[in-house]
Amino acid sequence: MSTSAEKIVTSTHDGQKAEHKQRKWQDYFTFNTDHKVIGIQYLVTAFLFYFVGGALAEVMRTELATPEPDLVQPEFYNQIMTMHGTIMLFLWIIPAGAAFANFLIPLMIGAEDMAFPRLNAVAYWMFPIGGILLMSSFFVGPAQAGWTSYPPLSLVASKWGQEIWILSILILGTSTILGSINFITTILKMRMPDMDIHSMPLFCWSMLATSGLILLGTPVLAAALILLSFDLIAGTSFFNPAGGGDPIVYQHMFWFYSHPAVYIMVLPFFGIISEVLPVHARKPIFGYRAIAYSSLAIAFLGLIVWAHHMFTSGTPGWLRMFFMATTMVIAVPTGIKVFSWTATIWGGKINLNSAMLFGVGFISLFLIGGLSGIMVASVPFDIHVHDTYFVVAHFHYVLFGGSVLALFAGIYHWFPKMTGRMLNETWGRIHFALTYIGFNLTFLPMHQLGIQGMNRRVALYDAQFQSVNMICTIGSYILAVSTLPFVVNVLWSVFKGEKAGRNPWRALTLEWQTSSPPAIENFEEEPVLWAGPYEYGVDTEMIDEDSSIEEMLAEVSAEAK
Amino acid sequence: MQSSALDESKVTLNYHHEAAGHHGHPDHRMFGVILFLIGDSMTFLGFFAAFLIYRTMMPVWPPEGTPELELLVPIINTIVLVSSSFVMHQGQTAIKRNDVSGLRLWFGITAAMGAVFLLGQGYEYFHSELGLTTNLFASCFYALTGFHGLHVTVGVLLILSVLWRSRSKEHYSSGSHFGVEAAEIYWHFVDVIWVILFILVYLL
Amino acid sequence: MNIPSNIVTLIVGIVVTLLSLWYGQNHGLLPVAASSEAVQIDELFNFMMTVSTGLFLLIEGILIYSVIKFRRPKGDTTDGSPIEGNVPLEILWTAIPTVIVLILAIYSFEVYNAMGGLDPMAAHDMGPHTVARAESNSKENLIAFDPDRKQVALGLGVSPETKEGENQLVINVNGIQYAWIFTYPESGIVSGDMHIPVGRPVKLNITAGDVLHAFWLPEFRLKQDAVPGREVQLTFTPNRVGQYPIICAELCGAYHGGMKSQLYVQTEEEYQQWLQQNTLAQSDVESTLAANAASSSDSEFLAPLAAEIGVEADTIAQLHALHHHPLNAEL
Ligand code: HEA
Ligand code: HEA
Ligand code: CUA
Ligand SMILES: [Cu+2]
Repeated sequence: MSTSAEKIVTSTHDGQKAEHKQRKWQDYFTFNTDHKVIGIQYLVTAFLFYFVGGALAEVMRTELATPEPDLVQPEFYNQIMTMHGTIMLFLWIIPAGAAFANFLIPLMIGAEDMAFPRLNAVAYWMFPIGGILLMSSFFVGPAQAGWTSYPPLSLVASKWGQEIWILSILILGTSTILGSINFITTILKMRMPDMDIHSMPLFCWSMLATSGLILLGTPVLAAALILLSFDLIAGTSFFNPAGGGDPIVYQHMFWFYSHPAVYIMVLPFFGIISEVLPVHARKPIFGYRAIAYSSLAIAFLGLIVWAHHMFTSGTPGWLRMFFMATTMVIAVPTGIKVFSWTATIWGGKINLNSAMLFGVGFISLFLIGGLSGIMVASVPFDIHVHDTYFVVAHFHYVLFGGSVLALFAGIYHWFPKMTGRMLNETWGRIHFALTYIGFNLTFLPMHQLGIQGMNRRVALYDAQFQSVNMICTIGSYILAVSTLPFVVNVLWSVFKGEKAGRNPWRALTLEWQTSSPPAIENFEEEPVLWAGPYEYGVDTEMIDEDSSIEEMLAEVSAEAK
Repeated sequence: MQSSALDESKVTLNYHHEAAGHHGHPDHRMFGVILFLIGDSMTFLGFFAAFLIYRTMMPVWPPEGTPELELLVPIINTIVLVSSSFVMHQGQTAIKRNDVSGLRLWFGITAAMGAVFLLGQGYEYFHSELGLTTNLFASCFYALTGFHGLHVTVGVLLILSVLWRSRSKEHYSSGSHFGVEAAEIYWHFVDVIWVILFILVYLL
Repeated sequence: MNIPSNIVTLIVGIVVTLLSLWYGQNHGLLPVAASSEAVQIDELFNFMMTVSTGLFLLIEGILIYSVIKFRRPKGDTTDGSPIEGNVPLEILWTAIPTVIVLILAIYSFEVYNAMGGLDPMAAHDMGPHTVARAESNSKENLIAFDPDRKQVALGLGVSPETKEGENQLVINVNGIQYAWIFTYPESGIVSGDMHIPVGRPVKLNITAGDVLHAFWLPEFRLKQDAVPGREVQLTFTPNRVGQYPIICAELCGAYHGGMKSQLYVQTEEEYQQWLQQNTLAQSDVESTLAANAASSSDSEFLAPLAAEIGVEADTIAQLHALHHHPLNAEL
């Protein structure tokens, strides 16, 4: 199949026809309803916030290079720590997932646009607005109660910063809800007529699961934040023990959203990996249905494990046991994915380019984060390491080693589609090497720090941890440097990169059937579902035994010209 | 997908397909509205869950010294709101018969009933001995009824916008009246929420 | 090569198993364990570490092997073999994690039970000092959860194995920004650090005066949030003499990192000696601490101390953290 795919693909190089509307650069800076524009807008905005969040992380790491709080005041440390967590989660990784979803879903299912294009644009624009609002809290002193904003601390520290934090999370949350409504409707209702739900790309499955979680989880967070806001501004005491309230109720409401949120942050990237690996390993994805359904299983289980973040707070013993068991069960569907990905690579013809490097890097690092996740799910052990750097290590492994690495894999993979130009391979590999080394140097030692007794969210720590912290700090500098080759590569390639053509990877999903970048109406002619999304390797046998298909494909490619 | 090779029937089918769904835009808006309501119901679920946790965990509930809630006005309100759902449905039945003036009549009444509900709520707020910060129960009371009241307000505005648009006879017809249906399903939703809320806050 | 592949697999399997077993015991990550429960948790961790190492080596090994072995030769544009699944294999890798997770859950349950986590009496038997403490806080409504209703069972109770509930040393722990205050109801001692005799079960009643804190004893693998308005129990038996850090693990404000204290596990004689000394000095201590405990803001809290030695409050908090030698040096 793939050999014939190439024929089709390379034959149509001329891009859009004259009568098609042309994309103007201004489109990217205005209220535009095209899902591709919105996808790029999401991606670029998210990256801008990533640099802010990363820069804050570097300040934190520099502070933590020595045990004394000498670089910044402890109070300011807590503020940038809070902002780092909030930015990375709500302004970087969640919108970055939405970026890929926006760009890819309609293309992958052969639709012209999202179900509700205007709603989609509204959802996008709420994101920079919420983000800038959050940044503006630097003028009044940002929130300093951590991204979890537990009361009563959040009620007594940085009142206005906290209120701005609440408002901006409400805006960002609403934005994701609107987005998820769009994704679900588009995926379920707008697939091209012959694509049944079991022949749609796995990325769409993962977005279905993600959107379900957003829809069910985010409103509960909104409820919690509204009540918190009342406590903060109107003097009620829902969560304030001094007035008869209960801070633990906030924790339940917060984690009812925020645990599913961690899967909101990783499932889209699971989807990306399921797309990237088969293409560059030239093999069908191993266990399509298992991967598709495991996304749904993870989403479902994700809704009933939230109290594993509260093992040491006000959770009675038997509840801790229940939440421990449900949490551990998540290893099963996630394991199915990990093993299936591994089996996909096994026996393939791997093209170890940057996308694939990041893809394999993702599996290797997410695995570590997942294993430490199962460890912290065990109550007796979590009682020891809760709120320590062990947990910090866990979630950076799943969030950075997992989501962010997969995100880079996705960028190297779809950049040609998004811009029509290839990224430079050498610089891509350098980017990967630096990221991989820097990442492990930064976060692997943190496991040890946590177990040995270093608590998180501290600007000053015990002198015995200095040397290990120094290693982490050096690693984080390597990480900072690692973004440079990437940024340079992207900026250079957008203008000067090698032209990509329709389908540089000879991939089978529908987005590769259209020009790069795709025409405004996505497909110049009806897209053709002439193969499942992952039917690699079937070509040779097929064409030998059945020549009529050969003819048909020739016809298709003629039509495509 | 298992053992799949190139599916011949698919190829032929697709290739000659003139894509009915692709160019004619089927209307998915109702689907979207329902998804939105699922999300919205989770907000209320959050509030209700918090309320129930307080209720079951606190030694005394409502906290000592909380004045009894007056039941008369809320009961009238409940009756008004629940019956308004039926009134509103008449409006939709009317438009299905292409009867725009019927739609306007029934929706007008519904909006008025919604307004009565809001007024009743306002009356209750002003005559209640509870203040927002009196105690936890009072705060819950205001948060829950207030957030619901906000929804009723939005619902009334939706109905009014339907009325506004229906000034031109052509805007809604038996075949195309998404606005009418959306406003109605939203109103029923708000109604159901109220019944749950009423049982939780006033009766339990 | 002509070594049959199943022999290779077998050898690899044995090597991976041995490596995992070895590393699971020799990772050297855990600090000293100062109670028998801590030892059990360490064994649980070692078990998890063994399993994780095995999975890690297995999967990373396959990844590295694949990336090296299955590289596309230059110029080869053909695809790999069209394998789309393998039902027995998939059942296997669903079943194995299920079994592992089941074992782990049961094992964790056992350990947790042995720690007293499921003790139905946890947090129930509050005794009269609950009320007394509530009063001293002069915020009656702080106690949101009436312990007499016996509805909340938080923290860790008596281990069902030891049955040592009788001779407990009860200590009330109060977390305030940014210090721990320990009250010994038996002797009336109020202290900024904790002294306990080795071998005697200790029962802590933990609460907080302002925001959330968390009482963490790394060497005992114990942690419990201190929640204002709630009283939580933590029971343990130290079995190793020594000086251990007490750390606040829940973000509680700017100087959260400085909220540290010391736990002295002493021999019975040393402990008695300490008791006597402090009962004598009690009146002094009480006045200082009363002033401290009443205020909740850090500067206010530190002010009296600062005045004593003539430095800024902030500096104290920092110094305090650096030498992690607590404020009670002056007390
Ligand atoms: C992308 C985000 C992401 C993901 C995917 C995960 C995945 C998991 N997380 Fe994590 N987690 C976070 C983000 C994430 N987490 C964050 C941000 C926090 C901290 C929040 C804060 O306090 O600020 C956190 C904290 C956190 C805690 C609370 C710790 C504490 O504060 O004390 C717990 C406890 O149970 C936990 C568990 C898990 C588990 C069991 C998984 C599982 O899903 C992992 C499953 C994967 C695997 C297990 C690997 C692959 C499987 C196999 C190879 C099969 C065989 C394996 C076995 C049999 C074990 N996480
Ligand atoms: C996706 C999520 C994500 C990502 C990618 C990261 C990335 C990083 N994180 Fe983050 N982190 C969180 C999510 C994330 N973090 C969360 C949720 C918390 C918890 C917060 C809380 O407790 O409330 C946390 C907490 C946290 C802590 C613990 C703080 C504490 O408890 O006191 C630390 C400490 O080392 C840390 C470090 C880092 C580092 C070094 C990176 C690096 O990988 C960053 C690398 C990126 C860059 C370096 C950007 C590159 C650019 C530049 C530096 C150039 C400068 C700018 C311009 C060009 C404009 N993080
Ligand atoms: Cu007290 Cu942190
Ligand atoms: Cu979680």
